[in-house]
Amino acid sequence: MSRLVGPVARLAALALLLALVLRPEWFEPILKPFTENNAPAIYTQSSLLSLTLAHLGLVAVASLIGAALALVMGVFVTRPMGAEFLPLSRSLVNIGQTFPPVAVLALAVPVVGFGVKPTLIALVLYGLLPIFENTITGLKEVPGNVVEAARGMGLSPNQQLFRVELPLALPVILAGIRLSVVINMGTATIGSTVAAKGLGEVIIAGLLTSNTAFILQGGIIVALLAVLLYDALAILERRVARRTGRLAEVTG
Amino acid sequence: MTDASQTAAPPVPLTARLDRVGVVVALIAVAGMDWQPFATLKPNRLISGQGLSLAGSLPTLWAAIGIGILSIATIVAVLRTNAWLRLTTGIVSLLVLALLIGLVPATVVPPGNTFARVSPASGFWLMAFAFAVLTTDAIAKLRLGPLARLGMLAGAAVAVALILGSGHWDGLSILKEYATNADKFWREGRQHILLAVSSLAAAIVVGLPLGIACHRNPTLRGITLPVLNIIQTVPSMAMYGLMIVPLSLFAASFPIAAQLGIRGIGTAPALIALFLYSLLPVVANTVVGLGEVRRSVVEAAEGMGMTRFQRLFQVELPLALPVILTGIRIVLVQNIGLVTIAALIGGGGFGTFVFQGIGQAATDLVLLGAVPTIALAFTAAILLDAVIELTERRRL
Repeated sequence: MSRLVGPVARLAALALLLALVLRPEWFEPILKPFTENNAPAIYTQSSLLSLTLAHLGLVAVASLIGAALALVMGVFVTRPMGAEFLPLSRSLVNIGQTFPPVAVLALAVPVVGFGVKPTLIALVLYGLLPIFENTITGLKEVPGNVVEAARGMGLSPNQQLFRVELPLALPVILAGIRLSVVINMGTATIGSTVAAKGLGEVIIAGLLTSNTAFILQGGIIVALLAVLLYDALAILERRVARRTGRLAEVTG
Repeated sequence: MTDASQTAAPPVPLTARLDRVGVVVALIAVAGMDWQPFATLKPNRLISGQGLSLAGSLPTLWAAIGIGILSIATIVAVLRTNAWLRLTTGIVSLLVLALLIGLVPATVVPPGNTFARVSPASGFWLMAFAFAVLTTDAIAKLRLGPLARLGMLAGAAVAVALILGSGHWDGLSILKEYATNADKFWREGRQHILLAVSSLAAAIVVGLPLGIACHRNPTLRGITLPVLNIIQTVPSMAMYGLMIVPLSLFAASFPIAAQLGIRGIGTAPALIALFLYSLLPVVANTVVGLGEVRRSVVEAAEGMGMTRFQRLFQVELPLALPVILTGIRIVLVQNIGLVTIAALIGGGGFGTFVFQGIGQAATDLVLLGAVPTIALAFTAAILLDAVIELTERRRL
């Protein structure tokens, strides 16, 4: 993607994002035609900056928890100790990904109540799956002779894992993290239907009052955030891949 | 192995006779059986209720039989046993749970009380999860083929249909909610499937030729794939919302369109939004699938005097089919989930119940929307996974 979206386009997208978040009033003339009956064109119930930060915070916390859990689980099932769990965990990941995010969100509400908690549960679950899958794939793809060589050099199993296997699997793991962050950016907007603070609030306000200007504002900010994060993580991934001398499989 | 060598062998340590997955299953099942409520009894639809233990929510005899069977199943899970036995145990336990929960309402609700609601509680769900994990693990270890998995799916569907048809679950809250919404349920269900499938069909009709063109033309590919990628990053709620504007304008300027039902809200914007999301997996997987067809195969087809057209339809597309089908599987499962959100713009589908339920804080209504959605997505995934595997086998 970044072959086409050069540094200039990237900077322009970033500038547009910052302007939309920090100076929304600049866009009033453009957004005004999308409103009816003199409705406000700019969302002012809460500041867009605080909503954006809340949104990003939610995604960051969920992605961190998800990544940590997925990494530990992924490493566990690829060790001899956890090998018995491998077929099961593959199936569970597969099944988990068929659960629609809204359903998970809705089912979490009766258990933990409205607000950030159900959203966090849905996001962690969704963040977890691609990372877990890619951790397993990445570790399984490390060539057997490399691990052999490491063992031959006298590295302990722990050293093999941290100095050889994980660094070689890193690009694939990062691809999983990138996918999960982008999915979470979108899913976090749905969180606003269960009263989690985030940019979904702006979109819902637009849907409820038939105010397309609000929908555009919220939608464009989330989309720009997702594209920029996707792009940044893809660059990071390519750097790491170049360093480890292998190319990550570029998914989605 | 002879008897002599068996007696001579050192005793097998206990840990070697334990199944690690089974230990986790057993821990979850025991936690569910002993420490968590089996069912919840609510005085009415909206008030939060009280938890009832397994023994406290069933007639003594049934509780004893149930606890007996589930305890034996837990022991089978913990020990290193044959995978077929584990599969049978998992399925039997799930059936027992399904039958037990149906007995609760008649036991705990006084006759004549139509307001009280009984629903499965955390203990039931933990046990169901534990034995579902046992079943899944056995299926994964047995490496059941696609046809066997389809058979199991059909068996599960028949079992659920029989229990539902017999009225055994009628006292449960989700079915009480269904009873008051029965007409609407099937209408929304049809709408849900219609939206998910027709947007997929449209995406195939457009995406497949587009994918083939992208495979042949790198410049087109360089433009199409990034654009489709960006479309995927637009949050679904915003996408649905954004479809409202052009369609309302369209309907306002062409009255005939409005008469055909094309309006800013409802089915049309939902369909278009879903179609746009569906394009990327179809196009990208067509490109990848065609790219994986080996050069030598294409050249051999050329050498046989095949035209470009014949090559495409008789060689390249059949070889790329499993990868293309994988894209279609992603789209269908994703669409079934995304349709839920279309309810926010009046697109209908099971999401109507979910969002109504969230709005009224009525858990049972949320479940009435969420459970069939999950079942649909799950069924679609198993079906298409089996089809993909069958086409892969044919290719080899």
